[in-house]
Amino acid sequence: MHIYLPIAEMSVNIFLILGMGGAIGMLSGIFGVGGGFLMTPLLIFIGVPSPVAVATGANQIVASSVSGVMAHWRRGNVDVKMGMMLLAGGFVGSTGGVFVFKWLQTLGQIDLVIKLSYVLFLGIIGALMMLESVRAVLRSRRPSAGGRGKLHEHNWLHGLPFKMRFRKSKLYISALLPIVVGAFVGLLSAIMGVGGGFVMVPAMIYLLGMPTNVVIGTSLMQILFVTGNATFLQATLNQTVDILLALLLLIGGVIGAQFGTKVGAKLKGEHLRGLLALMVLAVCGKLLFDLVLTPDDLYSLGAPGGG
Amino acid sequence: MRRPPSLTGPLKGSLANIATSPLTPLVLLLAGLAMAMGLRLAMAAERLVADLDNHLVAITAGFTGTELLLFGSIDGDGEVVVVVHGPKEEVVVRRKDRVAGIWVNQDEMTFRSVPAFYHMATSAPVAALELPETAMKRHQIGVQHIRLRVAPDQDLTEREAFAEAIVRNKTRVGHYSEQPGRVEWRGGRLFRTTVLVPANVPVGTYTIETLLVENGEVSSAQTTPLFVNKEGFSAQIFRAAHQFPSVFGATAVLLAAFVGFAANWVFRKL
Repeated sequence: MHIYLPIAEMSVNIFLILGMGGAIGMLSGIFGVGGGFLMTPLLIFIGVPSPVAVATGANQIVASSVSGVMAHWRRGNVDVKMGMMLLAGGFVGSTGGVFVFKWLQTLGQIDLVIKLSYVLFLGIIGALMMLESVRAVLRSRRPSAGGRGKLHEHNWLHGLPFKMRFRKSKLYISALLPIVVGAFVGLLSAIMGVGGGFVMVPAMIYLLGMPTNVVIGTSLMQILFVTGNATFLQATLNQTVDILLALLLLIGGVIGAQFGTKVGAKLKGEHLRGLLALMVLAVCGKLLFDLVLTPDDLYSLGAPGGG
Repeated sequence: MRRPPSLTGPLKGSLANIATSPLTPLVLLLAGLAMAMGLRLAMAAERLVADLDNHLVAITAGFTGTELLLFGSIDGDGEVVVVVHGPKEEVVVRRKDRVAGIWVNQDEMTFRSVPAFYHMATSAPVAALELPETAMKRHQIGVQHIRLRVAPDQDLTEREAFAEAIVRNKTRVGHYSEQPGRVEWRGGRLFRTTVLVPANVPVGTYTIETLLVENGEVSSAQTTPLFVNKEGFSAQIFRAAHQFPSVFGATAVLLAAFVGFAANWVFRKL
């Protein structure tokens, strides 16, 4: 059964989209990630124009993060004050990102920037996760080795002004830190159509030194509002949000996520991370391959002023 | 010209109660006009008559492409050429170059009034028509004769390569066809051909030119319009997104939030 997507301006198989949403929902349930970094490239692979894929991806993440935030909120795992600081930066970053997006579109370079950002970030994050999980697996085989590091390391970041107390995170750090992290993730969200959890979670743990139990809930709160902002602005400025496509992905996604959570509970943590790292690196490799490989046609068509 | 089929029915009814209707003068005027049009058509005795089975292609949510039938008749001998032109659009052609190992868009050229869709069908091989180059160009017969105007103030040295890229790219997505379709004869004077409208067809007003070719020249021509519009649910979404972008954006965000909220609630109850 086919359905015509009004903004992407193409006819797609309804079950293909539902299945994609389901598969990525399942992965996000298993690994506890948003899945935007897989969704947007997949949409581009099946022929959705990349501006539409990015904007619709952001829209889809709004839904998956709502249910995530609610679950974490009930368990008291959201640091609202920290979330607000991240959000302040996030709004600036995602708003700027949407304007940068529009500008790149007129230059005809948006496809390249989207793909390069993916290759860069997926490559770094995938490699780091891989290293970490290999080390963890090795450590678990030799139980005597290894030990716990210090909870907080003091460095120049703690000398920054505008210090603030974050009770839930048990931190006393400069407000500039979460604002900058938030702004950066907001920028990624607008340009790459991702929630940015894969950048923010490591940044919150290693850069801000937040305890892991509040990291996921707080990052989801920031992701929810930032992707909401990005969706709204993409729709207003570029008219690239395909509400029908988003809805189909969502329906598949929420169902897949429920099954994924059950599967995820049965797998070991370090194996999980290793698998996720492999997947991230595979997507990165495919995108890089496409950029380096001589294209079938060196020429491409576009509409003036974007598209 | 196609006469609306609904005209004859109401007209007969109106003529029956012609004396009582307050709209009598209007009805009489319409009837007169219709008769005059019919008379004019008959008197002209066109050597070529052609029409489409449907002048409107409606892209609805379930649209997966369609096939249009173009039919007609000729008076005398000759071959028939059918050329379908899509709506005109401005196109930027970009060329990639290798920069530090990766392929990056570098040079670009803007073309004006590029037909978004092009299809041609003939009743005989193009070579057998023996049309001079000027006629082929004037009627844009064959993809190599499509008029591609370059926007002003551009470097024209590589115009050919960029123009070919338009045809190649449009052919790949099924909007142009390099191989002409076939116009079939039915009993000597009647002809018919099908025009395949793909699922990704560009919207807008199309013109279908039907030419009668005799002794190496175009002796008669007829132009038929075709409208490709988005209709129904998908059209409403498209219009909403472009007319009220901020309302549309807010709706998209709220809808997503609602679905997430509902999913959370439903699965907690299960």
